[in-house]
Amino acid sequence: MRVVLAEDLFLLRDGLVRLLEAHDFEIAAAVETGPELSRALAELEPDVAVVDVRLPPTLTDEGLQCALQARRDRPGLPVLVLSQHVEQLYARELLADGSGGVGYLLKDRVFDAEQFIDAVRRVASGGTAMDPQVIQQLLSRRAAEDRPLERLTPRELEVLELMAQGRTNAAIAGKLVVTERAIAKHTANIFAKLSLEVSDDDNRRVLAVLAYLDRGR
Amino acid sequence: MSIETKSGTGRPQTTGRTRGLALSAVRGLALALISLPGAVICFCLTVVSVALIPIGVGIVTTSWVLTGVRAFADWRRLLAAEWGGVRIPRAYRPLPEGANPWARTFGMLRDPATWRDVLWLPVDMTAGFVSALLAFALVFYPLEGFVIAAGLWRAWDDTYWYGFVPVTGQITALYAAALGAALLVAAVRLSPLALKAHFRLTGALLGSGQGELAERVRVLTETRRDAVDTSAAELRRIERDLHDGAQARLVAVGMDLGTIEALLEKNPAKARELLAQTRQSSADALTELRELVRGIHPPVLAERGLGDAVRALALRLPIAVEVEVDLPGRADAPVESAAYFAVSETLTNAVKHSGADRIWVDMHYTEGRLRVCVTDNGKGGAVVGAGSGLAGLERRLGTFDGVLAVSSPAGGPTMVTMEIPCALS
Repeated sequence: MRVVLAEDLFLLRDGLVRLLEAHDFEIAAAVETGPELSRALAELEPDVAVVDVRLPPTLTDEGLQCALQARRDRPGLPVLVLSQHVEQLYARELLADGSGGVGYLLKDRVFDAEQFIDAVRRVASGGTAMDPQVIQQLLSRRAAEDRPLERLTPRELEVLELMAQGRTNAAIAGKLVVTERAIAKHTANIFAKLSLEVSDDDNRRVLAVLAYLDRGR
Repeated sequence: MSIETKSGTGRPQTTGRTRGLALSAVRGLALALISLPGAVICFCLTVVSVALIPIGVGIVTTSWVLTGVRAFADWRRLLAAEWGGVRIPRAYRPLPEGANPWARTFGMLRDPATWRDVLWLPVDMTAGFVSALLAFALVFYPLEGFVIAAGLWRAWDDTYWYGFVPVTGQITALYAAALGAALLVAAVRLSPLALKAHFRLTGALLGSGQGELAERVRVLTETRRDAVDTSAAELRRIERDLHDGAQARLVAVGMDLGTIEALLEKNPAKARELLAQTRQSSADALTELRELVRGIHPPVLAERGLGDAVRALALRLPIAVEVEVDLPGRADAPVESAAYFAVSETLTNAVKHSGADRIWVDMHYTEGRLRVCVTDNGKGGAVVGAGSGLAGLERRLGTFDGVLAVSSPAGGPTMVTMEIPCALS
């Protein structure tokens, strides 16, 4: 799987390259500025891009803007955005086109190599990887003003949270140490209680949940 | 084309003039009714209160009376700005917080602005009153002429003098109407002029003129001291947070790594356990650093500017916040930062104390000023007073010559308005 990596800090870029290569990813390019990233994304056609939000030369949200632009040029281009801080505002912009293949994680998440690699793979295959912090903010905010959410059992809330992060039923079952069938039952209940349309497609399901949590804002 | 334009605008111009005339008459009457009794009461109370200082009573009452005088003067400053477009700077020295009556009274008496107020009162009750009344009379008197011509002349048996016209019958009453018409034409120009003169007079006496520069220096000295104090306190807080937080955690991480190295051979299971703990420590250190950074300069502010930073902030609050932004550019970083933290603190206050379930933030830029309005539908009753967060906010905005206004009647809603003069790029 070919990856384009954009990160301006040498130590982190180097670490990420080693981490990805150790997990059989091919690094197509590891760049450090916004314009370089734009060029690499256009020319190398990677399977997935791992991008830091803040990049030179402006040191503002250059990385995010490049990623958004690249996705406009090539809809569905899988992009995993990394940042020192997560903002719902940015998450919303990334999810806006509703086509999936999007990830938005804190840089801290690379500490857990296995989960981070899992997130990269998920994004590359058109899935979603939202940082737990984003989901928690959405949930706590929603809980204050949402009746249907109150009807969920604590277990269902837990499943909802993991589902919103973009995990599949199998992954959720593994994390909560229950059978996949049990999770399937929980998700069916959640969708019924929130009056969402049931879909077999994992990715569409995640996007529906995220849209629900972010609704009316 | 030009003729068309003229004929096209003819009617609105006339109605505009009529409205302007009526407005200046009404305002003149209102000002006359306010200024005479207001100034007389304020002046008498001040004189009596100051006279009572030697027997002690005045020490307590004078600060109250002078506060009242300032409120009266402030009201007139407001009217001058809104009705006449005359901006009269307010230059009272701030009183130390929680000062005793003695210090308050003498602090106020030592302030030259107080004496300007007191000198202005007698002028306001005479010349100020007359000029305001003139603005009204110039419109009212011609109308009287018309009413006389319409039949009021019959009410008097003797000759009635309207101006220099002795009214004895219908014919002379018509002369009176003609004079009234001539006066009304003159009033179109003169009435607003009289009103303007009134405001100029108020401005000349209440504004500080030469002393303004000295006052400005004093205000700058004060706000600079506040700014230095605040930033020093901030640095101390950051130092403490780093020292007790991230720094201590990194020390722990280093120590644990040493232990893990030693355990690796002897007890791999224990080493693995400790490794997980170490990873948690470093994650916690990062979380703490992230919070600290947010408190120093929020990353979104650096990346996107004020509008998006406030939007991102709104999304993190537990209450629905609607954010309306109309900024044609970005302000200087220090101004952006000050405005951001002012909004942040106001929002935090609203969430904590107002009991509101909806907040509106409106940010826009007009006439060289960044203006931010934060409104909530809570229970109101917020005050800018000693010990309230709003007073600190006011001081910090002061560094940028910014001002803060709070309207918060009991029962709500609360509206906090901030204005900072700045340039956008």
